[in-house]
Amino acid sequence: MPPAAVIPSPKLAVEYWLLTYRRNWKGSLLTSFLSPILFLAAMGLGLGSLVDAEVGSGRDLGGLDYLDFLAPGLLAGNAMMLAVNESTYPVLGGFKWYRTYVAMAASPLRGRDILLGHFTYMAFRVTLASFVFLGVMAAFGAVSSPLAVLAPICAALCGMAFATPTAAFVATRINADNFSTYTRFVIMPMFLFSGIFYPVSQLPIVLEQIAWLTPVWHGVRLCRALSTGTGVNWELAGHLAYLVALILIGTLLSTRTFTRRLYE
Amino acid sequence: MSLIAAWGLTKRFGDFTAVDGIDFEVERGEVFGFLGPNGAGKSSTMRMIGCVSDPTGGALRILGMDPSREGTKIRTRLGVVPQQDNLDEELSVAENLYVYGRYFDLPRSVLRPRIAELLDFVQLTERANDHVEPLSGGMKRRLTIARALISEPEVLLLDEPTTGLDPQARHVVWERLWTLKRRGVTQVLTTHYMDEAEQLCDRLVVMDRGKIVAEGSPRQLIERYSTREVVELRTHDQVTVLTDALRRLGERADGYSGDPLYERAEELPDRVLLYTDHGERVVGHLGEVKPESVLVRRSTLEDVFLHLTGRSLVD
Repeated sequence: MPPAAVIPSPKLAVEYWLLTYRRNWKGSLLTSFLSPILFLAAMGLGLGSLVDAEVGSGRDLGGLDYLDFLAPGLLAGNAMMLAVNESTYPVLGGFKWYRTYVAMAASPLRGRDILLGHFTYMAFRVTLASFVFLGVMAAFGAVSSPLAVLAPICAALCGMAFATPTAAFVATRINADNFSTYTRFVIMPMFLFSGIFYPVSQLPIVLEQIAWLTPVWHGVRLCRALSTGTGVNWELAGHLAYLVALILIGTLLSTRTFTRRLYE
Repeated sequence: MSLIAAWGLTKRFGDFTAVDGIDFEVERGEVFGFLGPNGAGKSSTMRMIGCVSDPTGGALRILGMDPSREGTKIRTRLGVVPQQDNLDEELSVAENLYVYGRYFDLPRSVLRPRIAELLDFVQLTERANDHVEPLSGGMKRRLTIARALISEPEVLLLDEPTTGLDPQARHVVWERLWTLKRRGVTQVLTTHYMDEAEQLCDRLVVMDRGKIVAEGSPRQLIERYSTREVVELRTHDQVTVLTDALRRLGERADGYSGDPLYERAEELPDRVLLYTDHGERVVGHLGEVKPESVLVRRSTLEDVFLHLTGRSLVD
């Protein structure tokens, strides 16, 4: 009896992740709602009233209220944080604790199906959370352009520009020892210094130039342009290209480290 | 033609040689075992057969295909029960089977009846909608076996199928594997339990330090490398007190046949094993040898391993 030929694909691996998502979508969606509400209320309204009174909208924020300036930045920053979470512990767990990847590797699925399956799911999670974020932004009155509907896609690209190289790195780790150092001293500084809370032009020139290299700065610029409708020009194509290039490099690196780990 | 065949199969990790040029063949319908202590190279061999680890040397053919080129095709026809459980503990019992079946691209219409059938087979029908996490070790093992069967594989690979299970749970697993064998499912298993190898395997190879040191059916191996019976003498004192007395006993001939009373003695830290075809006669002649306890038993694969390697199988 010749068995039916199985054509392995990432799609088959995604189904697993969606099934686990169905188990805890309520909690995860609630978090997606609450975190922008907290941030926008505290920083956007609270701090924002002070900033608007002191600085006066117009000068340094490119003619924007602080809330309008901040919200799209947070949208990109939030996507980064979520993507980093999704690509650290769950990835190491796939090899080590839950051994999901190991189980998949025994089936017809290939290393790249396993990897792309998980990346697709991460992208889905980050996109969904970003659309929820946009909804909250709109409720706060922090959206002023119809182009804003594209912003969550850009935020998700920004997230994946982090998730793919992070996963490549995590696949080389024996344990989670370095993860909190990575979050605290690599990701957190990017969150603080990449133009989410203030324009990077406020920084000393050296730090400003470093900020230009971070993927999150490109994500912030994209989201801010789309959500406010200001500065929509060819510069955005450059930001997009930068993020897409990082995703491709991250995916290539992950293919290598995942394959090495799974099939040593 | 053999279902699985290996010639000079080798796996090296850096300087360490885990599998050192082994030859074996597995025929359709048989239960074939790799018996050996931890670190003998059994799991590395299993991973190569499972097409998740490329051989560093030698040749391997599985279902007539080359695993380094046609891994996906081969894996489609294998069922794998890994040493370490990798069920999804947050999904239900039935969902674990469903999602695994989807990796083989099996449609829901095929999976639904098959899941019911398999849960019945591994006696987990009542737990179908429960989470996996609270299940006992034995139940999880049975579920893993059911999961490996979801694609109706031609070969079932079982890496240490009952390690960590209590005796009762082991017997349930063995009984299920027996049933599969009767249905003609080819099984390849690794174990460091000699009783498991004796119970399940039609044929096995004994592995030690990456090499195969013996091959045959459990009965053949015992006949070839051991005696019919073993007299176990246990002592709380230094074993040397016993062995001195035994040496004198060993020099005495068996009163019935004129042959030596026992063929061979093995010294372990807490006991001495005397290999003989007539245990009772040895016991009758113990005389000045005064152990704490005496036990006459049949030879097992443990004795085969001890004889071949000079070490026990399980520490």
